[in-house]
Amino acid sequence: MAGRHGWMAGAGAGLLLALLAGPAAAERMVTDSSGRRVTVPDRVERVFPAGPPASVVVYMLAPEKLLGWTRAISPPERPFLPDRYADLPELGRLTGRGNTVNLETVVAAKPDVVVDVGSTAPTFVSLADRVQEQTRVPTLLIDGHLADSARTFRTLGALMGVAERGEELARYAERTLNDVRRRFDDVPEGKRLKVYMARGPRGLQTGIRGSINVEALDVAGVRNVAAENLGNGGLVNVSMEQVLAWQPDAIVTIDRGFYESVWTDPLWQGVKAVRDRRVYLSPGLPFTWIDSPPAANRLLGLRWLGAVLYPELFPEDLREETRRFYALFYHREPTAEQIDALLAGSRPPG
Amino acid sequence: MAALLVAAVCVAFSIGAYPVSPGELAGLLAAKLGLGSAAVAPAVETVIWDIRGPRVLTAMLVGAGLAASGAAYQGLFRNPLVSPDILGVSSGAALGAVLGIFAALPVLAIQGMAFAGGLLAVGVVLAVASAIRGRDPVLVLVLGGVVIGALLGSGVALLKYLADPYNQLPAITFWLLGSLSAVNRGDLAALVPPVAVALLPLVLLRWRLDVMTLGDEEATALGVPVRLVRVVVIAAATLMTAAAVSVSGIVGWVGLLVPHLARLMVGPAFVRLLPTAVLLGAAYLLAVDTLARSLGPVELPLGVLTAVIGTPVFLWLLAFGKRGWS
Repeated sequence: MAGRHGWMAGAGAGLLLALLAGPAAAERMVTDSSGRRVTVPDRVERVFPAGPPASVVVYMLAPEKLLGWTRAISPPERPFLPDRYADLPELGRLTGRGNTVNLETVVAAKPDVVVDVGSTAPTFVSLADRVQEQTRVPTLLIDGHLADSARTFRTLGALMGVAERGEELARYAERTLNDVRRRFDDVPEGKRLKVYMARGPRGLQTGIRGSINVEALDVAGVRNVAAENLGNGGLVNVSMEQVLAWQPDAIVTIDRGFYESVWTDPLWQGVKAVRDRRVYLSPGLPFTWIDSPPAANRLLGLRWLGAVLYPELFPEDLREETRRFYALFYHREPTAEQIDALLAGSRPPG
Repeated sequence: MAALLVAAVCVAFSIGAYPVSPGELAGLLAAKLGLGSAAVAPAVETVIWDIRGPRVLTAMLVGAGLAASGAAYQGLFRNPLVSPDILGVSSGAALGAVLGIFAALPVLAIQGMAFAGGLLAVGVVLAVASAIRGRDPVLVLVLGGVVIGALLGSGVALLKYLADPYNQLPAITFWLLGSLSAVNRGDLAALVPPVAVALLPLVLLRWRLDVMTLGDEEATALGVPVRLVRVVVIAAATLMTAAAVSVSGIVGWVGLLVPHLARLMVGPAFVRLLPTAVLLGAAYLLAVDTLARSLGPVELPLGVLTAVIGTPVFLWLLAFGKRGWS
């Protein structure tokens, strides 16, 4: 293939592609979730994700269009993605002042669009405007709230030219959200569990009402004890005394260190959830199930929350749903051993 | 002074997120002292004995340690603007802890790395200072501390920049702001030996330190081994600060402000300054931590409160403080 004919064939194919791609020069006007009107190419083939949630959602919709990851895929995460996608380069974050990526790098990557998924508050609107002004790359801001996952998939799927795929994922999201909500709604008032979300190495950071980090708890409709007692805000530090006063029925965490130490730490033995051995470590590979990054990876986390908090209402085997979710969203079916390892933190150790 | 501390302890013990009545508190204390059996719920005992108690004692130890090392450093460097982190101990501890959080290590390892980082930073500064000769040794030490501290600070900034914004970054930020909200008996037990070991040489050397405030030449003429005393005092103050910071996170201002207040009360003689600073530091940080856990529904960061309270007090001292430095 390396000979003259190979080169000719390559050039011919290139020409053909260029002809076929002729309409790619065409553009269309789209409206993103924040109401910004943006001109994008008709065919969007190269997508630059602005942050971790965007990289996850774009990967779910059309991995072949993803230019890379915000942060390189780590060795423990690798087995859950096909190699060609796990090998995608590390791009960095594109969040205005907190950029870890050079704007020239963005231009050099020749993306058709930059996509940010998350909040559509004015700060992020102006950041998207600035990125677009400086790079001349159309920049789309897509709402990433968990409750609106279906709309996120439909909007972005249409923008990226994979509307059918977007519809498929949106349907899954709707089914999951409706099904999970209906079952949580069936919990009688008296049986609503008080749940504490433990973050940080000592488990004494938590998200209160309005924090993106506890959206999964909000959607599930469980009682977030910190939100009930502390009101609105984001992530906060609380004291052990407060946790003891709240006496949560169950604790969920994404921090393995905390999960392993909580069983022996004498202080936590006074907490009802620990005494009842109801502390659950969210599965975390390749993306955490209930948080971090806060993207559509949390859809499966809702079923997991149901299964660990109300096993009688969520009796189905989570392993089957995990296999389906990973195959559909992450493009690779996990093995039975991988699924068992993922779900290990759903039962108390020992 | 001691009465002030006792008052602060009483207030601190009776305030908290978990409601404990004065009767329960008294009953529990009586039982612990062997005076009859307490009829309190086990949860109350846990709160007082395992959470609030260790937190109160740790706040006092951290405050005392930071104030004592601040007083020692200010005397040693003959400069009232010196605080315990002048030689980079806080920056070193911060970098150690941030590395630990970045690598998702267990809490004990994070604290160990903070402690080691603090000692290592000062070790590097001392090594730099001893390698540079022919200049004012105090000046070289201070400049070395500033430079190494800045370098370590940029290391912290780099790790924050690279951290996962949804998970590691909040953990790092919370640690750097300083808090005693997670202190337990193990932390207290780990803090007592270094603070005790470090206070001892300061107490023993208190007369020599007074002589050294006269300047190196005069002190040498009076028979004080200047270099030796300096290294011992630096080692003691560093040990104390590193231990405190590894448990509480970064708590600024105490080591700067409290020695000033103490000097205002008892004058600059280290012999009287040291015990005053220790008691005042303990009472001050205990009071601030009590505010931190009772002012709002969420825990307020200790480092922020000490700065917010410390700044106006310091400015007031600057404007109206009657007794001077020497």
